[in-house]
Amino acid sequence: MLWNTVLLASREIRRNVLRSVLTILGIVIGVSAVIIMVTIGGGATVQVKQQIASMGSNLLMINPGKRLGPGQSTGNIPFKRSDAEAIASDIGSLSAVAATSSQSCKAVFGNQNWSTQVTGSDNPYFTVTNRSIKAGRQFTESEARSGAAVCIIGETVVNKLFGSQDAIGEKIRLNGTSSSSTTSTGSSGSNSSSSTSKDSSDTTSGSGTTSSKLSCEVIGILEAKGQSTMGTDQDDIVVIPLNTYQRRIAGSQDVGFIQVSVQEGVPTEKVQQDIWRLLRVRRHLSPSDDDNFNVMDMKEIVNMLTGTTQLLTALLSAVAAVSLLVGGIGIMNIMLVSVTERTREIGIRLAIGALEREVLMQFLVEAVVLSSFGGLIGIVLALAGSAWLAGMLRVPFVFNAGIVVVAFLFSATVGVIFGYFPALKAARLDPIEALRHE
Amino acid sequence: MTSNVNNPLIELQGLTKEYGTGQAVMHALRGIDLRIGEGEFVAVMGPSGSGKSTCMNILGCLDTATAGAYRFKEVEVNRLSRAQRTLLRRFYIGFVFQDYNLLNRTSAMENVELPLIYRGVSARERRTRAFNALETVGLKGWETHTPGELSGGQQQRVAIARAIVTKPAILFADEPTGNLDTARSREIMELLTGLNGEQGVTIVMVTHEPDMAAYANRIVLFRDGLVESDK
Ligand SMILES: Nc1ncnc2c1ncn2[C@@H]1O[C@H](COP(=O)(O)OP(=O)(O)OP(=O)(O)O)[C@@H](O)[C@H]1O
Ligand SMILES: [Mg+2]
Repeated sequence: MLWNTVLLASREIRRNVLRSVLTILGIVIGVSAVIIMVTIGGGATVQVKQQIASMGSNLLMINPGKRLGPGQSTGNIPFKRSDAEAIASDIGSLSAVAATSSQSCKAVFGNQNWSTQVTGSDNPYFTVTNRSIKAGRQFTESEARSGAAVCIIGETVVNKLFGSQDAIGEKIRLNGTSSSSTTSTGSSGSNSSSSTSKDSSDTTSGSGTTSSKLSCEVIGILEAKGQSTMGTDQDDIVVIPLNTYQRRIAGSQDVGFIQVSVQEGVPTEKVQQDIWRLLRVRRHLSPSDDDNFNVMDMKEIVNMLTGTTQLLTALLSAVAAVSLLVGGIGIMNIMLVSVTERTREIGIRLAIGALEREVLMQFLVEAVVLSSFGGLIGIVLALAGSAWLAGMLRVPFVFNAGIVVVAFLFSATVGVIFGYFPALKAARLDPIEALRHE
Repeated sequence: MTSNVNNPLIELQGLTKEYGTGQAVMHALRGIDLRIGEGEFVAVMGPSGSGKSTCMNILGCLDTATAGAYRFKEVEVNRLSRAQRTLLRRFYIGFVFQDYNLLNRTSAMENVELPLIYRGVSARERRTRAFNALETVGLKGWETHTPGELSGGQQQRVAIARAIVTKPAILFADEPTGNLDTARSREIMELLTGLNGEQGVTIVMVTHEPDMAAYANRIVLFRDGLVESDK
């Protein structure tokens, strides 16, 4: 009896390939869209949370300009090293102050080259950014002071330039391109010092007369940190002493931004105020002048980003819900379009001796088979798709069993309802009425 | 076999059928009295709209009468439940429709097998019997063809094969030759005569053509929902 029902159902599925495929497709789309959206959204949220956890606590970020982001508008008066020194000496309860500049450079080792971010800063940088040295050492006092040609590089740079080779003690060449500088916005014509090329390791032989060049020794490797909240690779970095950076890469005394880490337990608001007041004085702003710098608490930025991520997740979920609905309506359409044909089919079956119960059972089996098949394909596709997408977007892949179940149940329900209920109506008719149906 | 009037297979008494209600009521059958014995071959004739199909559908348990008595093997059909009437169709009745009513995109073989599936016949026996039924109607070699790939006459023969594959006690055929040319019609009639003569299947057939009615051994004439003559 059951076997016969399955036989009849499977024959009917095979006979109506298009209808079956469309039904399955509707469910696949619905299920996979929901799962992918929610999984990616969840991954992004988890990532932001990880970021918050990995970030040094009580970090303040001081940028020139009124808004967030270094060097966004032209005409900003950049900071000098002395600003950072003033903050360090005048303001209490700070654990570290780092003056930092950075720009993108091409790093070359042997015949390998890789475009990366060169950061000029001193040892406090590692404290404020909560980074540790995995191998090798930090800068020495004299290296920092004299602007020695040494660097500490991130995991990504190691992989790109050295592969599995040992990087410590090797020399890499940095070719700065003045156009993509992120800090020296106000200072042009700064490559006078680099064009003289009197480096200890006179390897410069090629072209690139307009760009600055520096050959420096790798003295340390940073512990990997992964992706930042903004989605940049934090291990794609070369750190050199600030003096080295100013003289050999940027060619100016400017500092891009200052990062301050406040001691544990000290409220950041007060420190923020103190720094603000100090910098207004140092930058000769009269009480009526607008700020031409900003002091931001990194926690604020992170909270903002978390909010954005959550909003994004909500938005993605809404889109997903719509696709689930569209999938459902698709199934409904297919089922309703075929109602006439199916009613006639039911009439034929009833006329040759099928019981109402047997006909309904067949339709139920059909609907369940198609829906669960579609659901399973959808789940497999969605998991593969979100794993791939998570890799592409560099967010963690967070498996969410709940949404898999919900998406599956919803689609299966839609499939079964729209597969079964038209049949329910038809199977109650007298055979002759079902046969006459138009 | 000969007709057994004392113990009829089918007995109708004052059977009526109305369509619609109130002002728009349509009396399709106005009180049919009819007895059909086992082994008979009855032709039902009459003008269009006289109620032939309506009567056949009620006889075939596809439709229900408004009033009157219908006894099948001395069982009061009007008192049976829906499911019981279905089982009556399943085990005793074969029905051939004027417009075939085959399942689309379904091979001749699977169409003919269908009633056997609902009877719970094993797969192996099903195939043999369906194969033989198709051979009986002269469709050997056409088993895998779907209705769309068959001519009207061939489809009608598949429908007949489906009706006789269960070896029913009675076969109803509503204008089985209505869509066919004379030569094809004669083939079908020969087939029915053979079934009636050799296998003793009782046959009730509606037809418009006197030529076809001549194959039967009794002709019932309908007019305006009543039996006008019976000979
Ligand atoms: N479903 C229905 N609803 C309303 N009236 C119907 C219905 N079916 C049949 N009738 C009416 O009942 C009467 C008898 O119809 P029926 O189909 O039995 O005639 P018939 O003798 O088979 O005619 P034909 O030779 O044309 O097939 C007709 O007047 C028809 O209009
Ligand atoms: Mg008719």
